[in-house]
Amino acid sequence: MSILVYAEHDNKNLKTETNKTVTAALKIGGDVHVLVAGTNCQSVAEQAAKITGVNKVLVADNAAYEHQLAENVSALVLEIAADYDTIMATALTTGKNFMPRVAALLDVAQISDIIDVESADTFVRPIYAGNAIATVKSLDTKKVLTVRATAFDAAGSDNSAEIVTLSNVTDAGISSHVKDELTVSARPDLGAASIVISGGRGMQNGDNFKLLDGIADKLGAAIGASRAAVDAGFVPNDMQVGQTGKIVAPDLYIAVGISGAIQHLAGMKDSKVIVAINKDPEAPIFQVADYGLEADLFDALPELEAKL
Amino acid sequence: MKVLVPIKRVIDYNVKVRVKADNSDVDLTNTKMAINPFCEIAVEEAVRLKEAGTATEIIVVSVGDKTCQEQLRTALALGADRAIQIETDESLDALNIAKLLQKIVEEEQPQLVILGKQSIDSDNNQTGQMLAALTGMAQGTFASEVVVEGDKVNVTREVDGGLQTVALTLPAIVTTDLRLNEPRYASLPNIMKAKRKPLDVKPAADFGINLTARTSLLKVTPPAERQAGIMVGSIDELVEKLKTEAKVIS
Repeated sequence: MSILVYAEHDNKNLKTETNKTVTAALKIGGDVHVLVAGTNCQSVAEQAAKITGVNKVLVADNAAYEHQLAENVSALVLEIAADYDTIMATALTTGKNFMPRVAALLDVAQISDIIDVESADTFVRPIYAGNAIATVKSLDTKKVLTVRATAFDAAGSDNSAEIVTLSNVTDAGISSHVKDELTVSARPDLGAASIVISGGRGMQNGDNFKLLDGIADKLGAAIGASRAAVDAGFVPNDMQVGQTGKIVAPDLYIAVGISGAIQHLAGMKDSKVIVAINKDPEAPIFQVADYGLEADLFDALPELEAKL
Repeated sequence: MKVLVPIKRVIDYNVKVRVKADNSDVDLTNTKMAINPFCEIAVEEAVRLKEAGTATEIIVVSVGDKTCQEQLRTALALGADRAIQIETDESLDALNIAKLLQKIVEEEQPQLVILGKQSIDSDNNQTGQMLAALTGMAQGTFASEVVVEGDKVNVTREVDGGLQTVALTLPAIVTTDLRLNEPRYASLPNIMKAKRKPLDVKPAADFGINLTARTSLLKVTPPAERQAGIMVGSIDELVEKLKTEAKVIS
């Protein structure tokens, strides 16, 4: 068995989600190779080589991969796919974007967003926004998988795997990068934070999200939002936690003014400890919360900030 | 410019799904069904492109049994010009759906194909990208803005860290994210008019594609329930519990 894991990175830093996807790969079992596609991404390759259990790191360092455009990256993966029984990527926006292209070009199905490995061909994944859990067997000889990183522990980093440079360059020439408008924040990344505090429709407007800032600073937390808060235009979509946004599983998740719609619960219910602050005692969020506080958030938040 | 919009009939997003007692699948008997919300956004985007004079014709297509005609009629009422049902009673893998759609793309030669980024039932997030691969087209997934300029389309994408804009050579594939637009409601006159718009039915078996299943659903179970927690009476008590009981803050 050999397995290829696609590394998530920004050309400088490897995302810890890749370590989690490697854990999923090790659970399948076999030689695990990590592919780093990017430009000037040698430092990412070095970080990937440290991941415990990785046998080899492949680096494709070329301008064509700088923004990891799906058309180019899928062609690259396809060129080396013959060497692997299983190809895996983390189910973040890069992996979600290009992996189905790889599967289609290989003429195999993709199994998306796996949360457990039962065997080399059988995987567990949530469907219906996590309201049902499906066990799916792949009938293809080659498996293409995306992995929900929050469902796996991160592999360690005490390794020094061999790094091999690939000379493959594929620029499909049908797409180009125009610009990035990335949210600049000193706070931890939502997907990687150990504490997340999220606001919902109860925040009433975008300005009131500032009430979360001081608490987030004191806790070293990331700030998230429910889909209702995003739909209402309070905050940008990259803060959305839920089935259609980011899936998080921090040690502590604090839901403020969030009723607890199915689609939001799908994005955070695997958090270790959930706190809900809501003035409606009937809010469904209380059914999944370890600690619930029935209170007006406009009183509770300043007090919480003061007492931390 | 011709725009093709593939849509899917799914459980209404307000309905909580139940798992069958024998764990074979979810139970959709007598469940309210609707157009997948992301597909509805795709239809709306196509209609706006037509209203802006960019699109000339909107074709909606769905793969399924005859019940999906209901969703095709809804799309026609929202502003699509004609509909195609690819008829099958089977529940097909995304790859096989993409292969059927590829045939429709070859027949219709649309300049733009707009799909929802994922369906809220299988949550696969695959069909658009697979169709792009099979047709050799560029793709702009998770779109929050779509701007057609000459022979290119600029797509602003919702990515993990914020937004990314890519320029794609037409013909191209776009998949929709939530903030792309807010779909309209169909008016009664338009619902009446939609009944007279053309709806072609093409049996999936006539496309000459091997539609053998690539995956097998072994079982479906309800998710593990979280243990109900406790209500605290004050912020002081909450902070105390988090420090000493849960030990998640210090």
